[in-house]
Amino acid sequence: MEEHHCCIYSKMLSKCTFGSFLIISSIFLTVCRRVVYVLYRCGKPFPKGPSPSSFTTLIVLGSGGHTAEMLSLVSVMRMDRYTPRFYIAAATDNMSLHKARSFEHSLPHKPAVKEASLRFTQIYRSREVGQSYVTSVWTTILAIFHALWLMIRIRPQVILCNGPGTCIPLCVIAFLFKVLGIRWSSIFYVESVARVKKLSLSGLLLYKLRIADHFFVQWSHLQKNYPRAHYVGCLM
Amino acid sequence: MEDGEKNDGKRLVFVTVGTTSFDALVKAVVSQNVKDELHKRGYTHLLIQMGRGIYSPPKCDGADGSSLAVDYFTFSSSIADYIRSASLVISHAGSGSIFETLKLGKPLIVVVNEDLMDNHQCELAEELEERKHLYCARPHTLHQTLTKMELGSLVRYDPGDGTPVARIIDRFLGFPDD
Repeated sequence: MEEHHCCIYSKMLSKCTFGSFLIISSIFLTVCRRVVYVLYRCGKPFPKGPSPSSFTTLIVLGSGGHTAEMLSLVSVMRMDRYTPRFYIAAATDNMSLHKARSFEHSLPHKPAVKEASLRFTQIYRSREVGQSYVTSVWTTILAIFHALWLMIRIRPQVILCNGPGTCIPLCVIAFLFKVLGIRWSSIFYVESVARVKKLSLSGLLLYKLRIADHFFVQWSHLQKNYPRAHYVGCLM
Repeated sequence: MEDGEKNDGKRLVFVTVGTTSFDALVKAVVSQNVKDELHKRGYTHLLIQMGRGIYSPPKCDGADGSSLAVDYFTFSSSIADYIRSASLVISHAGSGSIFETLKLGKPLIVVVNEDLMDNHQCELAEELEERKHLYCARPHTLHQTLTKMELGSLVRYDPGDGTPVARIIDRFLGFPDD
């Protein structure tokens, strides 16, 4: 009798296992198909037709030279097309948001428009200059959760970034949002002017994983090694 | 290249280490042979932005005119003003300081920090040195660089901008060209 019960249980168990295996594998296949689709669509322009008149834009400010380069790019962009704008800088970097604010205030806008369409936010950074790679594992996890929270709130359609590591969690989450169908976004990465011969780690990741829709480099040597990159000359 | 010389005959050498510390550069700049070389070349004042460094160089008012006046401070929000008033800028290799100085048309010596963990910064300085926009040195070669420096041979940097990037982004998102 006991043996009989045992047998029924083991049969049920194996059915269960088979069922969950089927479910898991079908979810896995769906996600894989979606990842392949997103990778295929990345880097392809928006379909012709009525496109939105403006895009929610996330501008990631690196620090020091990175911020200067980013603001130099933003200053030549048509601001009415990239509204509202969210500026994000590392929590340890006090200068970048200050610079972004004074840049925005120098633009001819009505004060009411400014208030509604601009946000300046700080984010935890995955790794500081000089921090060891071991401790950077924990700070990276913290940075990822904070980035997730910010991205759920902002749900940007356009992301502008130029390194360093601050932009990586944001870009990876944006990619996951595309895969999960939460929000489609276009990611533009401009490698820093300081990178003449080799890409930065952030740049290399976004290039190799094909997360960036457009990848710009400022020195022609780099384009030879990374053919999918666009050479655009110095921003500065 | 523009010389920030004022009517009072003040010729300033401005040294900037950026947001971190770079004591090796500060020490190199106030070493006797570097100061002597600067004085010999007609510079009268040496002003150092020393950042978070722990080494404070000896101050000197240079009142008798026989040596360089030396002064320092830690941080300032108006580095551009100091660069503008300088006749020579000696800077760390950060791209922000480099391009700020080049855009203002000031002669520039970039000193590469060899202690940084991921030292890619020398790439930019060396590339720009090859194009004769600046001189590139290490803390221990600063004196050598100063002695062989010929400001007349520097080529003025022609600044770029983000227009090509902006155009590609606009097109990608389906906006018409202006």
